[in-house]
Amino acid sequence: MLILTCPYCGVKGEETEFHSGGEAHLKRFGPGSSDADFEQYLFMRENPKGVHLERWRHANGCGKWFHAARCTVTLEVFGTYSAQTTEPPQHIRDAISARRPGWTWREFS
Amino acid sequence: MSEAVSALNAATASGVATVEEVGLRGMITLRGDLSGKAVAAAVKAAVGAGVPDVRRIVQGDQGAAAWMSPDELLLLTGYDRAAEAVAAAQDAMGTAHGLVVNVSDARAGFRVSGGGAREVLGKLSPVDFSAEAFGAGQFRRSRLAQVPAAIWANENGSLEVICFRSVAQYVFDLLRVSGETGGEVGFYRA
Repeated sequence: MLILTCPYCGVKGEETEFHSGGEAHLKRFGPGSSDADFEQYLFMRENPKGVHLERWRHANGCGKWFHAARCTVTLEVFGTYSAQTTEPPQHIRDAISARRPGWTWREFS
Repeated sequence: MSEAVSALNAATASGVATVEEVGLRGMITLRGDLSGKAVAAAVKAAVGAGVPDVRRIVQGDQGAAAWMSPDELLLLTGYDRAAEAVAAAQDAMGTAHGLVVNVSDARAGFRVSGGGAREVLGKLSPVDFSAEAFGAGQFRRSRLAQVPAAIWANENGSLEVICFRSVAQYVFDLLRVSGETGGEVGFYRA
């Protein structure tokens, strides 16, 4: 079972209290961008076996969106952090490195 | 004007715990910067309470204030006082960015009391309702089976539930069935 901690209300809840919002840190390519960039933005998603960064919403709780770093194999959650960021903060990267040395995910490592 | 009635007209059920619909109650949503002075003044003006800490409910002389999310409080007061409390809160908010709305008729409330109260809710929600983890003054939003609900613990050991009015019958039936005699699990022993 996936146990997430909401960074806003501090609730340590199980998966059914939350709703998954897909991959984190997408950079939007809108009107005026090249077809290749738009295709990448719209369709191409990471599907890693291991470290993954995702968006989640505390749907049956405070209702806020946040980010979570977790392992798709063991369901270990390395940390959750604010939605108001475009990249994982240093303490989250450190927490992942402590458990999965040498990890990479898109341009982050 | 038509007579206001609560969702289930104070229905009750008893088993290992007593479930009762609390009837009409004033409920006000207050959104804004919870750390700001304007919200503190508004809560004071509306229900005479302080701003609650994260996942807490605090009592005031005219009602209570509960923490709903990082930018939202729920104020509880008498049904007949709700309009007056909204006006008082709006005055106190002044020009600060925020929102005060009377949601009394959008919600339904239930009280679960008696020895099996924690058991009844524990069967429906993925929350630790043990007395140590969920003591008096704790407030928690979660789900009851398939619908969202907010739950808090009173000083007298009873638990209260607030849900949307549209699912009031569903929530009442959940609590009633969960509290039927013979269905106790015995996990939360007093």
